[in-house]
Amino acid sequence: MAEEKLLDFAREITGRLGGETITNCYQCGTCASTCPVARTTERYNPRQILRLALLGQRDEILKGDAIWLCASCYNCQERCPQKVEIADVIYALRNIAIQEGNTPAIYTDFATALISEGRLAPISKFLEKKRAEYGLPAIKPTGLEALKKILAATGFDKIVFKKEGATK
Amino acid sequence: MTSYALFLGCTIPARQPHYELAARKALTKLGIQLVDLDGMTCCAPPPIQSIDLETSLAVAAYNICLAEEADLNIVTLCTGCFESLTIANRLLKEKPKLREKINKVLSNAGKEFKGTKEVKHYLQVLMGDVGVDRLKQNVVKPLKNLKVAAFSGCHLLRPSEILRFDDPERPRIFDTLIEALGAKSIPYKNKLRCCGGLLRGYADDVALAIARDKIVNAYNAGADCISTLCPFCFLTLDLGQTLIKATYKEEYNLPIIHYAELLSLSLGVEPKELALDFHKVKIDKVLEKIR
Repeated sequence: MAEEKLLDFAREITGRLGGETITNCYQCGTCASTCPVARTTERYNPRQILRLALLGQRDEILKGDAIWLCASCYNCQERCPQKVEIADVIYALRNIAIQEGNTPAIYTDFATALISEGRLAPISKFLEKKRAEYGLPAIKPTGLEALKKILAATGFDKIVFKKEGATK
Repeated sequence: MTSYALFLGCTIPARQPHYELAARKALTKLGIQLVDLDGMTCCAPPPIQSIDLETSLAVAAYNICLAEEADLNIVTLCTGCFESLTIANRLLKEKPKLREKINKVLSNAGKEFKGTKEVKHYLQVLMGDVGVDRLKQNVVKPLKNLKVAAFSGCHLLRPSEILRFDDPERPRIFDTLIEALGAKSIPYKNKLRCCGGLLRGYADDVALAIARDKIVNAYNAGADCISTLCPFCFLTLDLGQTLIKATYKEEYNLPIIHYAELLSLSLGVEPKELALDFHKVKIDKVLEKIR
């Protein structure tokens, strides 16, 4: 029974975009040894994340802090001898966590900016004035209407604004 | 004249007009026409990929569709935009099932990804369309005596299997383009390692510790400046030095300069024509060296 549960989480990850290669991991540790974050803080170790995920430790992974500490530098993925797409696996794990309402505040901010402005950095009046002074063209409006249709089709707002802990 | 749809992304137009201004001036001087298309949005970089990979691919593909409709290849200044758009462009070109799925999403916005265009970083345009020899011929003010710590940022090189920009372990393109301006690209410890920028906002202390390493390593190697290509790397290392001063009580005053600014200066653009007041760490020491 326990073994079934263990495999469930691995299947869930390999069934997702980005997560396909996780089961290739043989725990050599190349990822952790080349990771700039793992060298800086004990809060993050990619090898441990992969092992815990393959051991079916769903809650520890999805509700924990570690998956949010990947800097997306892709060093691990570049050097993995087993071609585990580690950075992409982390994205897949983050995708599942957010789908279940475990969303760090900064990601809610990013999503809000994308949905309301079509861009992640707002443009201030100061900048608009500065741009004109430098002879830079006025910033073109984003294709917000089209973007909203795309985000509605993928269910983006429903994914990200799910209430904390509303899982299972 | 070679024309490209200029993909500016979010951070450059909103926060770093000095980058945009220098890039527009330099590329135009070198005979590259930049076209500003209507309706471009965010490229859907790692923060959006973290929320939902499928959405990020659809948003990136939407922007590529706009370039396809205008019959233009895309040039990016931001390394992050280069990565997100290239990943979408490559995956959707090579994976028919994924493309079908994303096209279904795009059809809601009246778009279809056809896979007819290229996404290039501006360094590829300099290498391919301008060429190193012609670039050298256009340099009127060689950046002699300037020791530059080249820092491309992660997403120019990795994941190399998809980006296919340069050798990910021993890249040469960026260094070649720095040396074409007459400067010296110097080696320094952990040159290819991340600046930690994407952890800002979630784990500021970790991000700053990683950024500090980069500054210290370039400083100890005797660099006059660090040259960047990515607006996040710029922010992390430029504003970062103010934070390092506050947190670690250490002062480096190491100028961080986008490559487009070095390029503009070497092509004869006057410093006053560039928006150099957007640098937190002032670059006067560098300007004196190349006067």
